[in-house]
Amino acid sequence: MLEVSGVSQLFGGVIALDRVSFTIAKGDITGVIGPNGAGKTTLFNIITGIYTRTAGKVVLEGTDVSGLPPERLARLGLVRTFQNIELFGGMTVHENVMVGMHTKSSSGLLACALKMPWSVAEERRIRDNSLKWLDFTGISDLAETTAANLPFGQGRLLEIARALAVEPRVILMDEPAAGLNNQETLALSRLIERIRATGITVVLVEHDMELVMEICDRIVVLNLGKKLAEGTPRETQDNPEVIAAYLGEDE
Amino acid sequence: MGKGRGESLLVETGYSMQFSQILQYLLSGLSIGAIYALIGVGFSIIYNATGIINFAQGEFVMLGGMLTLFFLEMLKFPLWLAIPCAIAASTAAGILFERLAIRPLRRPTPINLVILTIGGSILIRGLAMLVWGKDTHAIPSFSGDEPISIGGATILPQHLWILGVTLLMVSVNKFYFNRTISGKAMRACAYNRRAASLVGIDVRRMVMLSFAISSAMGAVAGIIVAPLTMVAYDVGGMLGLKGFCAAIVGGMSSGIPTVMGGLILGVLESMGAGLISSGYKDAIAFIVLLLLLFLRPQGLFGKPESERV
Repeated sequence: MLEVSGVSQLFGGVIALDRVSFTIAKGDITGVIGPNGAGKTTLFNIITGIYTRTAGKVVLEGTDVSGLPPERLARLGLVRTFQNIELFGGMTVHENVMVGMHTKSSSGLLACALKMPWSVAEERRIRDNSLKWLDFTGISDLAETTAANLPFGQGRLLEIARALAVEPRVILMDEPAAGLNNQETLALSRLIERIRATGITVVLVEHDMELVMEICDRIVVLNLGKKLAEGTPRETQDNPEVIAAYLGEDE
Repeated sequence: MGKGRGESLLVETGYSMQFSQILQYLLSGLSIGAIYALIGVGFSIIYNATGIINFAQGEFVMLGGMLTLFFLEMLKFPLWLAIPCAIAASTAAGILFERLAIRPLRRPTPINLVILTIGGSILIRGLAMLVWGKDTHAIPSFSGDEPISIGGATILPQHLWILGVTLLMVSVNKFYFNRTISGKAMRACAYNRRAASLVGIDVRRMVMLSFAISSAMGAVAGIIVAPLTMVAYDVGGMLGLKGFCAAIVGGMSSGIPTVMGGLILGVLESMGAGLISSGYKDAIAFIVLLLLLFLRPQGLFGKPESERV
């Protein structure tokens, strides 16, 4: 599904990532974990086209997508959410999600202005579809709220709804539980499981170990820019190197 | 336009004369203000999509007028055909400007962009002078020059055209930004470029589109005002600055606040020229601009950090 091979990243003389390779299976929830500074976010930024990598390849379902800009990746079905949520602050919640469906729209201004039947049908389809995603993430009652006024937790749900509206094949989430309280985290893990149930592959960077161990099918552990281990939650929990990395270096 | 001079005249003829004079200034102020509004909205659209203040905006106003003249005189097109051709050609010039001058910059800083757009503006103006010469030209009014009397004041049919076209442009604009997906995508770029690209919006295409829309709006403004004020290669500078004032008054919004800014500016100018002295006409716009930048940099209507677009 998503294959990362030999990805390296240098920042000046600092090796942020050193030949990291792993494969993510379709329909899995994969967690990328590691102590602070392990290179998790750098890895995400490379996969999603925000940084250009120094070396290596990213392959999405057989297509080499390394180095493509984010908007092309989104069209190919790879989206992400951010640790510090990135919303269109001045727009309503509903509009935020409608913009997510931008790539699925084809009507021009003239057709919209003249209320051509196909553009009306398209607009209705986009409205309904975006409401569907608001329902899915449980924030449809906030549809007309301005996004900037949302509390943090709901802002995160909106970001996820907007990403889902792109109808991705893979969604990458950068610390989705950061800043959420216990209850919200619990709801989030249910949501991630429901996302997987729709056939979307999920990859997440997360510090909340309880969440990771509970919902992930596989885990990739990074430390100091290198892949330390890979396996099921059970296997990684029992891996002495992983324990050493966590207890010895950080936390 | 009104030549209401001399207080003695006002005193002699009494209140009704004064009222009709004021009305006259108001009406001519509103129509010139509508032009400022269109230009100002053009500034705001580019600013919101890209963060660039495009100081070449005024040149597209000039191009609108000059190209209409070119299609009329050189190619002998009828007016109804010359106008859309001129708008299309100016839009193409706007897109070309973005492709050749703005896009190639890697990591542009604001000062680079300011210098670049000013340079672009001088270049376009110079080319226009070389091609069309330094003469001032007139474009025929769209529907005659028969004055219309309104409550003691007179306006020309062209004034009505200006107000009507501005209203239409602003409504289309509003519709585009609020009701179409492409317009929402452009607003999304204004709010958060990174997130916009993550949902599949091609930010660079949106930047180009913003240049296309605002050069088209500039051209329209130049075309509808040309029958009243004449057109020459150098009209863009002053009109551009006035439009910029309108956008500042409106807090760089591409909606109603900037339109209001343009109208307020036009009326102030026209009142100032009529009641004080026409010598101060241009000064008024810049006094307004300076006062606003000092006192309310967020615009007349905006709260600090208010929403844009």
